Amino acid sequence: MSTLNSKIPEGPIKDKWTKYKDKINLVNPANKRNIDIIVVGTGLAGGSAAATLAEQGYNVKAFAYQDSPRRAHSIAAQGGINASKNYMGDGDSDYRLFYDTIKGGDYRSREANVYRLAEVSSNIIDQCVAQGVPLARDYGGQLDNRSFGGTLVSRTFYAKGQTGQQLLLGAYSAMNRQIARGKIQMFNRHEMLDVVIVNGKARGIIARDMITGEIERHSAHAVVIASGGYGNVYYLSTLAMGSNATAAWKAHKKGAYFANPCFTQIHPTCIPRSGDYQSKLTLMSESLRNDGRIWVPKKLEDAKAIQQGKLKPTQIAEEDRDYYLERRYPSFGNLAPRDISSRAAKERCDAGYGVNATGEAVYLDFSTAINRYGKEKAFVLGIHNPTQEKIIELGEKVINEKYGNLFQMYEKIIDENPYKTPMMIYPATHYTMGGLWVDYNLMTTVPGMYCIGEANFSDHGANRLGASALMQGLADGYFVLPYTIGDYLAPDIKTGAIPTNTPEFDEAEKAIRERLEFFINNKGTHSVDYFHKKLGKIMWNKVGMGRTEQGLKEAIVEIQQVREDFWKNVKVPGAMNELNPELEKAARVADFLELAELFAKDALERNESCGGHFREEYQTEEGEAMRDDANYAYVAVWEYTGKPSEAVLHKEELKFEELEFKTRSYK
Amino acid sequence: MNMNLTLKVWRQKNAQTKGKMVDYKVTDISEHMSFLEMLDVLNEDLVKKGEEPVAFDHDCREGICGMCSLFINGEAHGPDRLITTCQLHMRKFKNGDTIYIEPFRAKAFPVIKDLIVDRMAFERIQQAGGFISVNTSGNTTDANSILIPKHNADLSMDAAACIGCGACVATCKNSSAMLFVSAKVSQFALLPQGRIEAKERVLNMVRQMDLEGFGNCTNTEACEVECPKGISLENIARMNREYLSASIF
Repeated sequence: MSTLNSKIPEGPIKDKWTKYKDKINLVNPANKRNIDIIVVGTGLAGGSAAATLAEQGYNVKAFAYQDSPRRAHSIAAQGGINASKNYMGDGDSDYRLFYDTIKGGDYRSREANVYRLAEVSSNIIDQCVAQGVPLARDYGGQLDNRSFGGTLVSRTFYAKGQTGQQLLLGAYSAMNRQIARGKIQMFNRHEMLDVVIVNGKARGIIARDMITGEIERHSAHAVVIASGGYGNVYYLSTLAMGSNATAAWKAHKKGAYFANPCFTQIHPTCIPRSGDYQSKLTLMSESLRNDGRIWVPKKLEDAKAIQQGKLKPTQIAEEDRDYYLERRYPSFGNLAPRDISSRAAKERCDAGYGVNATGEAVYLDFSTAINRYGKEKAFVLGIHNPTQEKIIELGEKVINEKYGNLFQMYEKIIDENPYKTPMMIYPATHYTMGGLWVDYNLMTTVPGMYCIGEANFSDHGANRLGASALMQGLADGYFVLPYTIGDYLAPDIKTGAIPTNTPEFDEAEKAIRERLEFFINNKGTHSVDYFHKKLGKIMWNKVGMGRTEQGLKEAIVEIQQVREDFWKNVKVPGAMNELNPELEKAARVADFLELAELFAKDALERNESCGGHFREEYQTEEGEAMRDDANYAYVAVWEYTGKPSEAVLHKEELKFEELEFKTRSYK
Repeated sequence: MNMNLTLKVWRQKNAQTKGKMVDYKVTDISEHMSFLEMLDVLNEDLVKKGEEPVAFDHDCREGICGMCSLFINGEAHGPDRLITTCQLHMRKFKNGDTIYIEPFRAKAFPVIKDLIVDRMAFERIQQAGGFISVNTSGNTTDANSILIPKHNADLSMDAAACIGCGACVATCKNSSAMLFVSAKVSQFALLPQGRIEAKERVLNMVRQMDLEGFGNCTNTEACEVECPKGISLENIARMNREYLSASIF
């Protein structure tokens, strides 16, 4: 089982996808109605895949743990979606988007997949507009674009600060059309708890009806996992409370290899935590860094005074402020990529310059932009020699038009007016680049099991660029999977419905039932959250933004201890056959406690720094990440063998035929 | 200063049993907590005591998924404006307060458990016509070949900002879903792509809305006041025009 075949087509990179599609096996429309496909998760990737597969004629069963597909966490994406339309005429192209994505991912992603992503990106915009997604327009009626980090062109399409919401509602509307036709059977408030393998192929799932508690069997000819990322392994993250790794982790335990679990994105601009009761962290969009300047005090005594509440940021003179991103990365400045900006914030805060009571916050300051916009606006309005008050009034209006909803969110949470005093921000877990390993067809190492969207590992390498997650989710769901899955299903047209009264289903259901019964009957001493918070602390402190060999070794031992403690002492009230949120959480945290160990093990194994994975031993004198292309230009692909500690490493060597390795510099 | 509060919470085992208000005390609540974090504290306490925690819907906790749906002191999403329950913070309350917490109530939203209601009626309305019948094959025209006046694109976006939480229904004395339905009808009615099926869409969606048992609109305007996304009443007027012209012509 150790051969990993990525199935990348031969030929020049620009022709691979087109030529491959020409030769792929297809399923006759009349036969598609004899084939069932299960889609787990209905965010951008799962929702778009379910709609498209149903349109093509397959029978789709879609599963969501929320009460509607419209609530998947893709909805929270704020800033935008990239596409190489070159509407701005600033020199963009598929090739440039491909290059930026590979470089942004620190040369740890697969060239052929990324090129395909860039190639279909334009089509996504066409598709969404045809569906009635109200993307932002300019006064001529054409689509507008904005800039995001790590690129030198404007290629980001957006719908105010709610791009993810609008794109998800687009996919949701396409799903609704198919639900109404009976081609998608929608299972809301259902959670997949295991995958069922029959004769080596994925043939179904075990799911729990979260209202009645009933354990159900569902069969299909193929299973698509689209369940998102595993960032909640840190307990605190920008993810939704229910976001979990169970579908992907169960797939892993049933034979799907897990790739690069240590590649996590810590987003630089989130609202800092305020206390132990904190349940989640809120993102402030990367688009704010178009106009906001990030700083901390230059003098340690100023920082101390601020931490003690004796000094306000507005009292610190310009020359006493350290705009550390502008200082360290003059060419990209405040728009340096996420991994780099996050580490720079941590470096300053670790040195004692943090700006809130916990010392874990930096300022994001809009006063320069307010002044600049105010002066521009005054000029446009023909106001000569405007007063400072007038300039600020006009400037604040411009900022409000651009970022009003984000400023409102900030004010509601922190209770401070960000127009008047700088925002406080700090990095938080946001996205996981790692995930189930997939080949060029997006199939995992288990035949018939596919993985799309954030749940797979494929396109973002060691760091994802802003506005690329929405692009990947929709590319996988609308344009890639619906083609590639036909190649696998073509021989299945005569198989007939997959029965669920077989030993494989019996066994999978029995295991799930026993596990849930265990939780109910354990009657331990601590709640699920108690263990989840403990796990989160270990992950954040030792497997977070800065990692060391010693810290990772300690983390592995500590994770094992928490896991042991969890299985002895977890307490879950209520019963199995009813709506029971504590039981749902227990099943998810049990999986996080295993995944976390593989995560730390992967981080320990990768003796280099790249993208979001920063090993403190491997850095330049200036504190930049030091990659080791000679030894680590591979995807770390883990096979489950019974325990996370005994996972076996396989390597997919990354071959760069189109691009050559370069040190990633944003100076 | 941290707060001590009395909570009166709707508890109901499931759809078949009768519910009632139950009193709880929570202590040492920080003003910086969100309302749902305060409920987390209560639940942690209940689990410790071996009692069943209060079930409530929530997910993103940043005001966009539309899952959270509490009726607090007689107001959908509580006393603050233009926010969802998850964005409400405890600084809006004071030490010693008694807070009433109920589910979003409407005939079309039956209680599933405690504070969780069934909003499948909304799903069925969307399935009746909340889409443009275009295949997702990608074989469409270039996005810029459809020009849309910025004004209309912006109005369409404002309508599309609806998160489907149901505050409009819970607030309305008639349990009318007009604001919710009109937001989707308006989003598409304002775009050239959506005009093609505009007639069928409005007729089908309104028919389904009536079938689900939502009440009529009597222009009390309460829905607009409580909507966390500021969806405008003008959408209802637009839907009425669309409906009228679709019915006549």
